[in-house]
Formats: sequence, C-alpha cells, structure tokens
Amino acid sequence: MASPIIRIDNIVKRYGPLTVLDGLSMDVMPGEKLALIGPSGSGKTTILRILMTLETISGGHIEVDGEQLYHMKKGADLAPADEAHLHRMRKKIGMVFQHFNLFPHKCVLDNVTLAPILTQGVKKADAEKRAMELLDMVGMADKAKSVPAQLSGGQKQRVAIARALALSPKIMLFDEVTSALDPELVEEVLNVMKRLAAESDMTMLLVTHEMGFASDFADRVLFFDRGKIVEEGKPQEIFRNPRQERTQTFLRKIIAAGHRV
Amino acid sequence: MIDWSGYLTLILEGALVTLQLTVMGSALALVMAFLAGLGRLSRFFIVRALATTYIEFFRGTSIFVQLFWVYFVLPFAGLTLTPLQAGVLALGLNVGAYAAEVVRGAVKAVGREQTEACVALNLSRYQRMRHVILPQALPLMLPTFCNNAIELLKGTAVVSLISLTDLTFQAQVVRAQTGNTLIPFTTILILYFAMAWSISIGMRWLERRMSRSLDGVRT
Ligand SMILES: Nc1ncnc2c1ncn2[C@@H]1O[C@H](COP(=O)(O)OP(=O)(O)O)[C@@H](O)[C@H]1O
Ligand SMILES: [Mg+2]
Repeated sequence: MASPIIRIDNIVKRYGPLTVLDGLSMDVMPGEKLALIGPSGSGKTTILRILMTLETISGGHIEVDGEQLYHMKKGADLAPADEAHLHRMRKKIGMVFQHFNLFPHKCVLDNVTLAPILTQGVKKADAEKRAMELLDMVGMADKAKSVPAQLSGGQKQRVAIARALALSPKIMLFDEVTSALDPELVEEVLNVMKRLAAESDMTMLLVTHEMGFASDFADRVLFFDRGKIVEEGKPQEIFRNPRQERTQTFLRKIIAAGHRV
Repeated sequence: MIDWSGYLTLILEGALVTLQLTVMGSALALVMAFLAGLGRLSRFFIVRALATTYIEFFRGTSIFVQLFWVYFVLPFAGLTLTPLQAGVLALGLNVGAYAAEVVRGAVKAVGREQTEACVALNLSRYQRMRHVILPQALPLMLPTFCNNAIELLKGTAVVSLISLTDLTFQAQVVRAQTGNTLIPFTTILILYFAMAWSISIGMRWLERRMSRSLDGVRT
C-alpha cells in the first residue's frame, strides 16, 4: 500500500476568537479523487486554502508528498516554513477558485503561459504549445486571443482550469468551481472536470454542492460539519445510505433546494 | 515705446526653467511615489515605518519651508545645492509624498483575489507585483498622477523665492523694468495654462493607450 500524499494531522485554524477547524485529521492517497461536502461555513474552503498556503494554521501539522508544508527541518527540530520552503511546496499543488481569478489584463493564452514561463523556465514557444493543448482539452482553443472580459463564466472557469493544469501539479484543489456560474453554464465545466478525473492520475480535492457530480467524480466523499468530518465513505454509501443524522438532514435540504443527487 | 522682444526672450527663458523644474521634479516624484507607496505595503516593519515617516513629514509641512531647508539649511550640513537642484529636490520630494498614497491606493484596489491566484501559480513576490498587480494598478494611478504633475507645475513658482529665474521670477523682472504689469503677467498666465494643458493631453493619451491594452477590463 502506498503512503498518503497528503497527511493532515490535528490541525487547528482560528480566526480571532472563532475556531473554524479544531483538531482536524485526514489522509489523502495519491491519485485519489476526494469530494468535500457539507453546509456552508463548515470549513471546506478553509481546508483547501490552508493546503494552498493561502492561510496560516494555528496548530498541527500537514505533510504533502513526504514533506512538511508549514514547517521545515532545522536540525532535529521543526521551524516555521520560510518563503523559499513554501515556494518549493507550492510546486506540488494547484488551485481553481470559485471566482476564477483570471488575470484581466492578459489574454487567455497569456493567462495560461505566464506561470510556466516565470516559475518553471519553460520557453515561450513550448509554453504556448502546451497551453494550446490544454485549451483544446477544455474546449477553449478558439478563444486563445480573447481577454477574460469577453468570456462567459463557464468559459472563464475552463480557462482557469487549464491555467492551473499548465504547471502539472501533483495535487489539484477545486473550490466550488461552478457555484458562481449561471445554471446553464455549469454543465460545460463539470464535463471538463469529469474527463479530467477519469483520465488523470492527479490527486484531486473538490468542494462542491453538486451532489450528482460529486458522486460521479469522487472515489471518496467527506461530509463536513462545523469543522469536523462527520461521515466519510464511498459516494454510494454517503448519498444512498448516510448513517449520521446530520448527513441525512444536509442531503434532504440539498434535495429540497433542487440539486440533483 | 517699450521693445517687448527682449523681454519676451526673458520670459521664454523663464518658461524653459519652469519646464525643467516640472519635468525633473515629476521624475523624482515618480520615483519617490513608487519607493514610498510600495514601501508602505512592505512586509518589513522598518521599510513601512520609513515610508510612512517620509509621506507624513512631506505632506505635513509646507513646500516653502521644505524649499528653504533644502536651499538654506542643508549647506550647514555640508550639502550645497544650486537653486535648480534645490527646487527639483523640494518639489519632487513634496509631490512624491502625495503620489505615494496614490500608488498605495491603486495597488490595494487590485484586490486580494489576484494575489491569491498568483500564490496558487507559485509566482514570487516580485513576479506578482511586476506581471500581475502593477499592470492593473497603473491605469488606476494615471488620472491622479496627472493632477499631481499639474500641482507640481503650479508649485514651481515658489522657487522664485530662492532667486531661480523661472517663469514667475522673470515676469517680476519684466514688470520692474517696464513698469507694465498686465503684459508680463498675462503672458505667463497663458504659458502656465498651456503647460498644464499639455500635461493633461499627454496623460489622457497614455490612459487611452493603457486602457486599450487592458480592453477596458475590470472584473
Ligand atoms: N478571513 C476570515 N476571517 C474570519 N472568519 C473567516 C474567514 N474566512 C472564513 N471564516 C469563517 O470560517 C468558517 C468556515 O468558512 P469556510 O471554510 O469558507 O466554509 P465553507 O467553505 O465550508 O462554506 C466560517 O464561519 C467563516 O465565516
Ligand atoms: Mg466555501
């Protein structure tokens, strides 16, 4: 059995007096597709942001690909990670945001090639060739020269996915990538994600309210409530036979709100 | 009858000095604006403190006092400047302090999401600023930079107090020699206005160019 690519060990996250994560532990295996579901405010985004080093943690340890994320070895002890360490660790991880966060002053192609050119020293021509392959995969090759303002939400999000993939991270984080989209644009993004999940051996963590999609996408589903994992299991188990009452209540509410299960 | 052509030459020479002051003062102000404006956003306390002190000090004291200090007091510290150098230094530092707040405001207006996207793409701090934040912040700064440059142009008149032969100084010379007030002062009024007007036009042209390359985008 391989060892986990992500080991979250007893992490605590506080915002001032508010404790969002209180001793959370979980492991993710290499290549695993994980869906994080749960009511809003339960800490799902926070976990992804912590893995992307967009937050700091108040306690605990995280190991990514065999190395400490927020700490580094100093002799026998662990010291807080410095910028150089974080820079090295971020190479392993990519993230797609709810609101795309594309660079509005750059065309689609430049959005995708910027980071490979700057951070991996890829030659411009090579970066563009690879970017076009990725844009083709997400169905955006014909918009390579457009700027983000000319695209629909679904198109923007597909570009953002290509942009994150261009760095070939081992781990990809998706935070509610369809929840800012008009309903008719959700499908095109989900289709891209499904293909990605089926074809790639990348480790993926996904936060979503699309239960039907989570069920297709994920090997394992984690149900969060108030910063704790209440229940986890295969999609069929969680969605068809949830054991915990809180999971049942949550799923009933989601169905009532018109989401597909 | 007065022969005005000699006096006109005098005034045009003054215009040249005013132009020099404005251009060099603006260049210094621009450098100071970015140093102090970005300095205020530094993660190092000492850099932030230095930048804040500079900005507060130069906004909190008058340009007259600053000019007198640079020209009359610095020599006691062993630094003697020509009137032109003193004028450029005082004007550049003074206006730079105001423009620094413009730089800071524009950089902050670009928003945290853009920085977070950069972190997720593993860009270094320098790369984030250079390739993502500043290109978006620059068009936001331009309109206020235009005001700052015009303020600086108007401020150049104070250098006549340290007997630098700028536009205002020359007009006073002409007035003293000819006894005529209307003609020299109307002439410099028009010249000042023409210079301010060309600054406006230049900035508007720059703005249009930049927003075209940005495609008018603000998401
Ligand atoms: N920057 C912040 N400052 C203060 N509280 C925050 C901040 N970010 C998130 N929170 C709080 O942390 C909790 C978990 O948020 P989040 O991880 O976004 O939940 P979810 O993604 O599951 O909806 C919420 O109560 C939220 O209000
Ligand atoms: Mg969230």
